[in-house]
Amino acid sequence: MIALVVRRLLQSLVVMLVVTLIAFIMFRYAGDPVNQMVGVETTEAERQALRESLGLDQPTLVQFVRYVGRVASLNFGVSFQFRRPVMELLAERLPATLELALVAAMLSLVSGILLGVYCALNPRGRISAALQAVSLVGVSLPTFLIGILLIYVFSVALGWLPSFGRSGLVPVTKHWSTGLLTLQGWKSLLLPAVTLGLFQMTLIMRLVRSEMLEVLRADFIRFGVARGLPQRRIYFRHALKNTLVPVITVVGLQLGSIIAFSIITETVFQWPGMGLLFLQSVQNVDVPIMSTYLLLIAFMFVMINMVVDLLYNAVDPRLKGSSRV
Amino acid sequence: MADPVLSVRDLRVEFPTRRDLLVGLDGVSFDIHQGEVLGFVGESGAGKSITGAAIMQQIAAPGRIAGGEIRLNGQRIDKLSRTGMERIRGRHIGMVFQDPLTSLNPLMTIGDHLTETIGVHLGLGRRAARDRAVSLLEEVGIPEPAERLRSYPHEFSGGQRQRIVIALALCAEPELVIADEPTTALDVSVQAQIIALIRRLCDTHGTAFMLITHDMGMIAETADRVAVMYAGRVVEIGRVADIVAHPAHPYTQGLIAAIPSLETDAERLRQIPGAMPSLSAIPDGCVFHPRCELADDLCRTRRPVLAGEGDHRTACHRTAQAEYAP
Ligand SMILES: Nc1ncnc2c1ncn2[C@@H]1O[C@H](COP(=O)(O)OP(=O)(O)OP(=O)(O)O)[C@@H](O)[C@H]1O
Ligand SMILES: [Mg+2]
Repeated sequence: MIALVVRRLLQSLVVMLVVTLIAFIMFRYAGDPVNQMVGVETTEAERQALRESLGLDQPTLVQFVRYVGRVASLNFGVSFQFRRPVMELLAERLPATLELALVAAMLSLVSGILLGVYCALNPRGRISAALQAVSLVGVSLPTFLIGILLIYVFSVALGWLPSFGRSGLVPVTKHWSTGLLTLQGWKSLLLPAVTLGLFQMTLIMRLVRSEMLEVLRADFIRFGVARGLPQRRIYFRHALKNTLVPVITVVGLQLGSIIAFSIITETVFQWPGMGLLFLQSVQNVDVPIMSTYLLLIAFMFVMINMVVDLLYNAVDPRLKGSSRV
Repeated sequence: MADPVLSVRDLRVEFPTRRDLLVGLDGVSFDIHQGEVLGFVGESGAGKSITGAAIMQQIAAPGRIAGGEIRLNGQRIDKLSRTGMERIRGRHIGMVFQDPLTSLNPLMTIGDHLTETIGVHLGLGRRAARDRAVSLLEEVGIPEPAERLRSYPHEFSGGQRQRIVIALALCAEPELVIADEPTTALDVSVQAQIIALIRRLCDTHGTAFMLITHDMGMIAETADRVAVMYAGRVVEIGRVADIVAHPAHPYTQGLIAAIPSLETDAERLRQIPGAMPSLSAIPDGCVFHPRCELADDLCRTRRPVLAGEGDHRTACHRTAQAEYAP
C-alpha cells in the first residue's frame, strides 16, 4: 500500500510538471507579457528594463526552471486586469466554486445511485422506462440550456428562486464566507447546483443501472438466491457493493469535471466563482489567471485520480498487495 | 418404500419468445429418495440445468413453470411465493453450481459467506455461527479453517473453492443437494475428489443428491440411479447398473457406447450421427427419431411415454418392450 502511494505520488508529480510546462508556454508565448503590463507611452528602454527585471531575457530553460520554482512556492504572479496577486483572486473565488461543486456532486451522486438502483431492481417498470427516457434528455441537453430552462420555470414563471448571484453569506473564516448556513444561501445555490449536477446525475444513474443489472446476472447472485438468502440481502449487500466498486472510478472523475465545467453554470447564473473569473480572464487575455486556473484544475484531477485509485484498492480485496498501475 | 424426498411429475417449462413458445422441459417425471444419488445425463442443451433451476424456482423470467408438480417431502413447492421459496432454498434444498470462482461474492470473505448463510437459516449468534463455519470448513477438507475464514474467494484454489461452495450448500443440512456439473470447471486431478466429497457428505447426513453432468463415466461411478435427458424430456431412467448393462433407448445405447473405459470394443465406440434438435425445431412423435436407426412411422407420429417394468423405464416404441420381453 505504501509503495503504491509513493508510486502514485511520483506519477502525479510528472503529470503536474507536464501541465506546468504547458502553463509556462501559455504564459510566455500567448502575447508579450510586457506589452500587457505597460501603457502605450512606455519607452523602449523602460520596456527592456522591465523585461530584464522579469527575467524574460534569460534562456527559455532558465525561465522554465524559475517558473516551476514560482509555481512550487505558490507564487502565480499578478493579474493583468486586476493588478492583484492571482493567488488572492482565486482564493476569494474558491469558496463559491467549491460549495457549488460539492452540493452539485452530492446531489448527483445520491440521486444518481438511488435512481440507478431503482431502475435496475425494476427493469420492466413504467417508472424505470420514464426515468431512462428523461435521463437521455438530461445527457443530451447542453448545460446552459438546462440552466436557462430552470431559470425560466423557477425564477421567471414561478418566482420561487433567485435567478442569479450568490447570497445569504455568513463568514466562517477570514477567507471563507459560506452560503450553506442560511435558507437564502441554499435558495440561490439550488438552481446552479441542479444545473451543474444534472448531467452527472443522469450519467451516474445510467451507469449504476447497467452495472447493477450486470451484477444481478452474476453467478454469485444466483448462488446467493439458491442458498436461501433473503432478497433484500441479495440486493443491498451482495449486488449493490459489487455495483459500486467500478462506479467509484467514474464518479471520481465526474467530480473533477464538475469543478472544471462549472465555468458554464457559473456564467449562466453569474455565480462569483473561479469559473466566472476564468471566463473574464480569457476575454481580457489575462494570462496569469488562465495558466493558474489550468494548473489548479490539473492538480485537482491528479489528486482525485490518486484518491480514487487508493479507494479502489481499499475496497476490492482482489487488488490488495497486487501492483496495479 | 418410504416417500421420496423429491417428486417431480409432468414438469413443463416454457420460454415465451417474440416469435413462438419454446418448451424447455416437457413431461419430466422422476423421484429422488433419501440418501440416494440420482444422476442426470444428456448432451449440452438437453434440459438438465433447467430441471435443477425449475426445482429451485430459479428459471429466469419470462421463462416459467407451465405445468406439472414438484413435491418436497410431499409438499407442493412449485407454487410457493418468493418468501416461501426463500425458506426452502438452502434450508431444504442445497445447490452447487459449475464454476466455484464466480459462485462466490469476490468482495466478501468466506467467513462472511458462511456466517451469513448460517445466520439466515439457523439463527445462530455470531460466535456459534463462526464455530459452525469452522467445523463445516473442516468437514469439507479446508486446512486451517479458523484462519481461512478471513480469506477472500480469490485466495483459494479452484478445488478448495468448490469445497467451500459445497460447505455453503450444506450449511443448513438440506434433505436434497442439486449439483449442476460441479466438476466441469475444475482440474481433472481434483474432479474425483470433489465428487467423492459430495458423495461422502450425502452418505453421512442421509442427503439425497441430484448430480447433473454429461459424463456418463462419472454417473457410472457415483450414482445409484440415472435419468437420461434428450431435448427437454427424460428418455430413460433406472438403476445405473441396469442401464449401463442393458441400455434400452437407442440414445442411451449411443451414450454408453461412447464411454471409453467401459467399452473396449473399438468398433462400437462411436458417436451418434446428427445433432439434438433446438427447442424451436422439436420434431413430432419421438424427439429422437431423426437420429434413430430403428425409427418407423409410429416413431415419427406418436410420442412415446416412459414405460417399463419396475425401476427401469424407457420412452421408446421400438426397444422398451423388446428389452423386457425376450
Ligand atoms: N431463458 C431461456 N430462454 C430460451 N431458451 C432457454 C433459456 N434457458 C435455457 N434455454 C434453452 O433450454 C435448453 C436446455 O438448456 P439447459 O441449460 O437446461 O441445458 P443443459 O442440459 O444444462 O446443457 P449443458 O450441458 O450445456 O449445461 C437449451 O436449448 C437452451 O438453449
Ligand atoms: Mg447445464
